[in-house]
Amino acid sequence: MTPTIWTRLDLLARHLFPFGLSVLLIMTGAIHLPVPDLSPIMPSFGLIAVYYWAIHRPDLVPSWAVFVLGLFQDLLTGGPLGLTIIVLLALWAAVGTQRRLLATGSFVFAWAVFVAMAAAAFLLMWLLHGLVIGTMSEPHPAIFQYLTTVAVYPCCAWLFARAQRAVLH
Amino acid sequence: MKKPAGSISHVTTPLRAWVQRFAFLLLAAAAFMLMLVGKADTLLVERARTAVVDAVTPILGFISRPVDSLGDLADTMRELADLRAENARLRRENEGLKSWQALAHRLEAENAALRRLTNLVPDPGLRFVTARVIGDPGGAFVRSVLVNAGTRDGVAKGQAAITSDGLVGRVVEVGLRSARILLLTDINSRIPVVVGDGRDRAILAGDNSAQPRLLYLAPDVEVPLGATVVTSGHGGVFPPGLPVGLVSEIADGSVRVRPHVDWAHMEYVRLADYELPGLIEIDSAGPAISEAGGGTGTGPTHRDAQEAQR
Repeated sequence: MTPTIWTRLDLLARHLFPFGLSVLLIMTGAIHLPVPDLSPIMPSFGLIAVYYWAIHRPDLVPSWAVFVLGLFQDLLTGGPLGLTIIVLLALWAAVGTQRRLLATGSFVFAWAVFVAMAAAAFLLMWLLHGLVIGTMSEPHPAIFQYLTTVAVYPCCAWLFARAQRAVLH
Repeated sequence: MKKPAGSISHVTTPLRAWVQRFAFLLLAAAAFMLMLVGKADTLLVERARTAVVDAVTPILGFISRPVDSLGDLADTMRELADLRAENARLRRENEGLKSWQALAHRLEAENAALRRLTNLVPDPGLRFVTARVIGDPGGAFVRSVLVNAGTRDGVAKGQAAITSDGLVGRVVEVGLRSARILLLTDINSRIPVVVGDGRDRAILAGDNSAQPRLLYLAPDVEVPLGATVVTSGHGGVFPPGLPVGLVSEIADGSVRVRPHVDWAHMEYVRLADYELPGLIEIDSAGPAISEAGGGTGTGPTHRDAQEAQR
């Protein structure tokens, strides 16, 4: 039996869902909130999204999709172009090497690995940023953003897991 | 995930893995290329940025409305709580302001008379565009906000963004219906200012911290704590005399300024269109340091007036 056009469209929409959700989350991070001093420490949702989908559905968020997510975030934030792309691609590749372990391991294990990988990602981002603009910026904002990113990971992972169960199964 | 069974998968899986690895390397190389392009061809990158921001603006604008309303509600509740004390404070402040108003009127008349006396070239007209802050892309490395006004509303690159408190930053990218404002705290922000009663020139340089630094102060200048910092108008891009902040910290030759702007309650900004026709071609974003001596700010004009008074 050949699938009808509607079932194909339905499948396509479902397969685009992880990518679309990641774009939406990155955009959410750019909303202006009337909270003092929040903006510099707004969690990096792109990092969380790429980490989660690289573990659970790397077929639906392949390297080119990670590239597009990074490009989107770079263009939206106004930071040096290519910076987020490189960091997200590096994270995606790093997760790829440990995927089987991460996919079968417990949630706490995945979170612990994220804590380590995000630290490396932020360090890489800070170094590259200094290299691009020609002067090293203060490390404090990056450290605080790293902490908030690690802190909101469970919420985002829970959201992604719910969405994955609802849409992709 | 289920893999297709059969003998072909034995051939395709390594092949696919190889293709994927190759694609990854290609993408990583492309990212580094983009980094170089971003440094070299700023115009192309700027077009890409404005296209993305223009596309996202309606969505961000839509979401930011209820968020702003919630923030307003919280503020209203807080204000209701201490209405009496606030009222008394405002009455006192109003008394003080009335005497300042009288003084301002007198000085304005005197200033106008002196300007006529010295045939001073009048400052160009100021036009304001008010825009709503809809986006705050955030992150540890950039300090900028997005507003919902663009070229169709008369916004142009280099314009100063202000609130009722003081200077916010300058417009660095303009799309059709959106613009990005580089905040004065950003590491790339450089704004010519004058400091204190001595009207000493300096450049206000952001470094991504909450308090930007003053650079290029003359070595013999002593800046007191709490001195006011206002835009100088040098470079002809910003109007002179916009309040920026107060000197808040002086330590080992590094002077820091606390901006007046209340970042948390910055819902609307005004973009000042300051026209100096044919004076300076603005092709890069904002006033360059080399232009700092070339404009017609109030710095020199003010002194001219003072000299005329003597």
